[in-house]
Amino acid sequence: MKIITCIKQVPASSNVQVDPKTGVLIRDGNNVKMNPFDLYALETAYFIKNGKPETTIHSITMGPSSATAVLKEALYMGSDEATLISDRRFAGADVLATSYTLSQLITHIKDYDLIICGKQTTDGDTAQVGPEIAEFLGIPHVPYVKEIIQVKEHSIIIKSGYDHHDETVEVQYPCLITVDKGVNVPRLPSYRRKLLMDSYKINMVSLKDLKDQNPDHYGLNGSPTQVDEIFPPIKRTEAVQLKGTSKELSKQLFDILKESKFI
Amino acid sequence: MSYIKVNQDKVTDEIAKQLLDICPFNAFDYTDAYLSINASCKICKVCVKKGPEGVCEFVETKQKQIDKSAYKGIAVYIEQRNNEAHPVSWELIGKAKELSLKTKEPVFAIVIGNDVAKIAETALTYGVDQVFMYEDPYFKDFNVELYTNVIDAFYQKYQNNVILFGSTPQGRSFAPKVAARLKTGLTADCTMLDIKESGELLQIRPAFGGNIMAKINTPNHRPQMATIRYKMFNKPEIVSPFGVIHHEDTKTILKNTGIKIIESYDKPRVSDIGDAEIIIAVGRAFKKQKDLELIEPLRKRLNAEIGCTRPLIENGWFDARKQIGLSGRTVKPKLIINLGVSGAVQFIEGMKQSELIISVNSDPNNKLFDISHYSIVGDIYQVLPELNLLIDKIMEENHGL
Repeated sequence: MKIITCIKQVPASSNVQVDPKTGVLIRDGNNVKMNPFDLYALETAYFIKNGKPETTIHSITMGPSSATAVLKEALYMGSDEATLISDRRFAGADVLATSYTLSQLITHIKDYDLIICGKQTTDGDTAQVGPEIAEFLGIPHVPYVKEIIQVKEHSIIIKSGYDHHDETVEVQYPCLITVDKGVNVPRLPSYRRKLLMDSYKINMVSLKDLKDQNPDHYGLNGSPTQVDEIFPPIKRTEAVQLKGTSKELSKQLFDILKESKFI
Repeated sequence: MSYIKVNQDKVTDEIAKQLLDICPFNAFDYTDAYLSINASCKICKVCVKKGPEGVCEFVETKQKQIDKSAYKGIAVYIEQRNNEAHPVSWELIGKAKELSLKTKEPVFAIVIGNDVAKIAETALTYGVDQVFMYEDPYFKDFNVELYTNVIDAFYQKYQNNVILFGSTPQGRSFAPKVAARLKTGLTADCTMLDIKESGELLQIRPAFGGNIMAKINTPNHRPQMATIRYKMFNKPEIVSPFGVIHHEDTKTILKNTGIKIIESYDKPRVSDIGDAEIIIAVGRAFKKQKDLELIEPLRKRLNAEIGCTRPLIENGWFDARKQIGLSGRTVKPKLIINLGVSGAVQFIEGMKQSELIISVNSDPNNKLFDISHYSIVGDIYQVLPELNLLIDKIMEENHGL
C-alpha cells in the first residue's frame, strides 16, 4: 500500500499584531514548527504501516527550501520518502492555487492509494486544502477521521466525528482523509530513525517537473481570492475599565451582576 | 505571472536590512550583496508599499476580465440532516437578504435531500425569492461527492454571483470541494460579510491565526464563495411567502460515489454552551485544574455553563465541546464572564456577539478588554476569593435561595 501524507511548516507562535500606524504585520519571532494537526496524519500512516509492513509512506510539503525541516522530522518519525515542492512562481498562492499545486505534485508522484492530511493548519485554520486536493485529483475525501476501523485491500473503513453525530464509512482507494486530533498519540522523531535516514536525499520538485507548467495556474495569478486589506479588530468604545484592590474589584463585579439582575 | 521585482541597483546593506525587517513572512534572502525573494513570499506587497521607495516593484500581468454583471443572485446552501435544517442556513438567508438590498439581486436557497419540501417551504417564509429543490432518494443522506455534483449542476444552469455555506463540520468539508470543482475562491469562517453595489463580496475573517482581521475579495472569479460561522448573524423575520419553489431535475446528475455510509448515529447531547444564556469562560490564567473550584460559587449562583479556551482543552481539563472560539463553539449568551482569558482573536470572534461581556485579567492591555463592556484589571486568584465571600453572604441572607 502506498500512502502520501501532506504536511506543512507553520509559525511556532500565532501572536501576530498589526502596527496601527503603518498597517504592517509584526510577527512574534521567526520560529517555525510542524503544523500540530499533521503529527496525527503522520501517526495514522505509521499505524497503518504497523499492520501492513509492506506499506510505503511518502511525506510531501510545499514551501521555501527551509521547509525541508518538517520533511526531515517526518523521516525521523517513520516516513520512507519525502518531497519538497518549491518555486518562486508559487508565491502568493491562496487555498485553490495551493491545493492545485499539491495535486499536481501528487499526480507527478503518481502511485498512491491513500492521502492523509491533518484536519487543518494552525496558521490558515481553513481546513480546505485537503478537500480541494481530493477534488482536483478526482478522488473522494472523508474529513474529521477519529478512528481507523479496518484497512482493506481496496478500501478503508473509518469513523468521522461531526458536531452531533459520528459516521462510519467505507471509502474506495484512491482516496483522501483528514484526521482529527485524538485519532492517536503521535510519536516523537527517533534517534535510530535519524541515523537510518540521515543520508536520505529529499526530492525537490519545481514547476518544470509538473504536468501543467502554465505559470498562470499557480501562485498569485492562480489564486481567485485576494487580501484587500488587513486591519486590527474593532474596539468597543463604551468600555468601562475598573482598577483597584481585589476587595474593591470583587465588590464592583458583584454590583454589576446585581444591577443587571443576574444575582 | 505577477511577482515582486527587486531593483538590485538600489539595494544597499542598509536597505536590505530594512526590507528583511519589514517582511512579515521572512521572504527576503540577502547574500553577496544580492537581495532575492524566496518561496515564502505571499505577495502582500508590504515591501512595495512600506519599504524604501523604488526598491521593490509589483509587476502584474493582466488577466482577461470576466463580465461581472452577467452573474446575478445570492444563493444559500440549506444544510439539513434527517430533514431538519441547520439554523445557520436561516441566518445566512437573513444576511443574503441584507446584502441583496445593496445589489438588487434575488436571494436563492438550494435545498438537497429526499422529502425536503417542508424545508423549501420554510425557506419561503424567511423571504427567499427562489428555492431550488433537488429531491432524490440518492440524496437522502449527505454525500460530499453527490452533493457537489448537485451544486455544480445548479451553478452551470444559473451562473449566479454568490454561494454561501454554514461553517459547520459538513459545510467546511463540502464548500472546498465545490470551490475546487467550480475553480473559484472560497473564504473560510467569515465573521462579517459585505457587498459592493457592483456585486463584489467582501469576506472578512480573522487571519494569520493572530490578532488581525483580513478583508478578502474574489475579483475575477464567480461564484464568490464563503463559509460563515453559526450565530454570527440573526435569523430573518418571518414573512408571508412571495417566492417560488423550483423542482429541479435530478436525473442527469451523476450518482456514483466511492463513499458508502455504514453507520451514522447521533451522539448523546451534552449541555451545549452554544445554547447557554450565561457562560463563565476560563483561560490559561488558571494554573491547575483544581483551581477551577474557585469559580464554583459563582457558577452555582448564576446557574452558568462553563466554557474555556483552546489551551485548556489541550490540557485535557474539558471536553472539546466546551471550547469557545472559531475552532470551537460560537456563543451568544446574555452574559459572559471571562476569567483569566488572554483574548486570542479566534476566541474573541467566537463570543463577541454576547450581550454583556465582563472580563477579569491582570493585564490591562489584554485584547479581550477591547470588546468587553466591563474590564476588571485584577488577578483571578485575588478577586475570585473575595467575590466568593460576597456570594456566600448573599446566599446566607437569602437562606440559600
